[in-house]
Amino acid sequence: MSQTANYYMPEIECAPRHELTALQSMHLSKQVRRVYENVPPYREKMTAAGITPDDIKTVADLRKLPFTTKQDLRDNYPYGMFAVPLENVVRIHASSGTTGKQTVVGYSRADIDIWAECAARALVEVGGSVHDIVHVSYGYGLFTGGLGMHYGAEKLGAVTIPASAGNSLRQLEMFRDFGSTIVCMTPSYAVSLIELMAEQGFTKADMKLKAGVFGAEPWSEEMRRQIEDGLGLKAYDIYGLSELCGPSVSCECQAQAGMHVCEDHFIPEVIDPDTLMPLPPGETGELVFTCVTKEALPLIRYRTRDVASLNYEKCSCGRTLVRMMKPQGRTDDMLIIRGVNVFPSQIESALIGVDGGATNYFLVVDRVNNLDTLEIQVEMREDLLSDSVKSVEQYKQRVKSAIDSAVGVGVTVKLVEPKTLQRSMGKAVRVLDKRDIKNRFGS
Amino acid sequence: MLEQIAVFVENKAGRLCDIMQALHESGVNLRALNIADTADFGIVRLIADNTTLAQDTLRKEGFAVKVSRVIGVSVPDKSGELLSVIRSFEANGVNIEYSYSLLAGKNGVADIVLSTSDNDKAKALLTETGVNIISPGDLL
Repeated sequence: MSQTANYYMPEIECAPRHELTALQSMHLSKQVRRVYENVPPYREKMTAAGITPDDIKTVADLRKLPFTTKQDLRDNYPYGMFAVPLENVVRIHASSGTTGKQTVVGYSRADIDIWAECAARALVEVGGSVHDIVHVSYGYGLFTGGLGMHYGAEKLGAVTIPASAGNSLRQLEMFRDFGSTIVCMTPSYAVSLIELMAEQGFTKADMKLKAGVFGAEPWSEEMRRQIEDGLGLKAYDIYGLSELCGPSVSCECQAQAGMHVCEDHFIPEVIDPDTLMPLPPGETGELVFTCVTKEALPLIRYRTRDVASLNYEKCSCGRTLVRMMKPQGRTDDMLIIRGVNVFPSQIESALIGVDGGATNYFLVVDRVNNLDTLEIQVEMREDLLSDSVKSVEQYKQRVKSAIDSAVGVGVTVKLVEPKTLQRSMGKAVRVLDKRDIKNRFGS
Repeated sequence: MLEQIAVFVENKAGRLCDIMQALHESGVNLRALNIADTADFGIVRLIADNTTLAQDTLRKEGFAVKVSRVIGVSVPDKSGELLSVIRSFEANGVNIEYSYSLLAGKNGVADIVLSTSDNDKAKALLTETGVNIISPGDLL
């Protein structure tokens, strides 16, 4: 494998468009045949759409294929969408689900290798090489962040520090003592480390950090500047979703002008979420990915619900891989709170479980000192009211505990008076997101 | 025993005013008022001259209300009088959960509202020791 200072795989990353398209088309037609033969839900969907693998020869045929959604993964929980027998699966990752069911993603050995290759490309994009010390502070576990960047750093041949998240003072000591040069973590964790640096008397001069790869949650340009200034590095955005492979589906290069998609593995499309028709390059819509090389869980036209646009112009870094702009929002009601995916429906079912009754609720998401906050406003139920403050406080605490454990992230509960929360006909509007995370690219 | 109305209110400006306005418009007169507050909500405790009317009025305004029973005692307005009441509770394992005063005490006495861990037992103790217990009729 060739390796220059600027690219991990220049033959792919800088390939002319027609070569990329030919490669994608070859992988796509094979992949569609594989899933048709091995994954009953895909075969059923294609049959219902009146198509067979013979209809899919090139990337241009992609639009004939039915979409896949998170609901398909839930309906076929846990392994029903896998395209290989379990003996060929070597790893499982999972992300939180809405009704207790997690989204389960399997990886074959080849899938792990491709993921590591994508993560290695990302690290090179931000200036990494074998001479770097890559400090991974994403959580290690079912969450894809930690292990994803870890395998990428090892694949690159960098010194890899599997720090995981938490024990923040120790993280700072490792930065200083181990000479970490590239960090991988959530942007909100970076901000909390910056605050700790000030408290503990660390300065960026004590550290050798040059670049950081930040992802798993939305962040603003303002936060980028704060992190760059606080840690003394260049902060890069990385994108991924656990259903594909976690971080490194796309990553910014040093031009910081969009994230290059590893489109030899993940073909992106942007669709109109209402008509479901593909949109022309440059238009903003819902991102859809087709995994053309994955073996274990090859998602076809997977609707990410992330809203973004694609830019096919050649980048000043020399790469031709399409760039996706940072997602500007969601087409569903999923919230990302401190890196954790939260659906209002999870909160609703947790609330129903408290003292055997439903109540009206409203969610307020904010960012205070660069940390996401989630406040759940809950209407006080008259049947639980008492003259004692203590018993009402205990109800509030029961609500908080139920929601905390359902969504896996700490929330604030605020009891409000009955019938004061907004009600609407049909789909209730239950969320107010006060975070300003849309102006990331100044557009 | 006296009937007390507990009203749930968010800590936001004007809510107590709203309660008072609604009660005033219904012609309800208050005998006692107490507010217990936390960081984001409060419980307003009221004793009204007409509990049913007060309760209906507040419900109609959308408030969550809860009626419970509390004890009203009249003790001589002298040092140590309330102490002896509390001492007898203490000796008999009755705890006072909260207490506040009625709005207009009669001459020479202090009218106090008590909520205890065992109101029936507390009432028996008070009767036994000859402490004057306020009945709802006394408030009219």
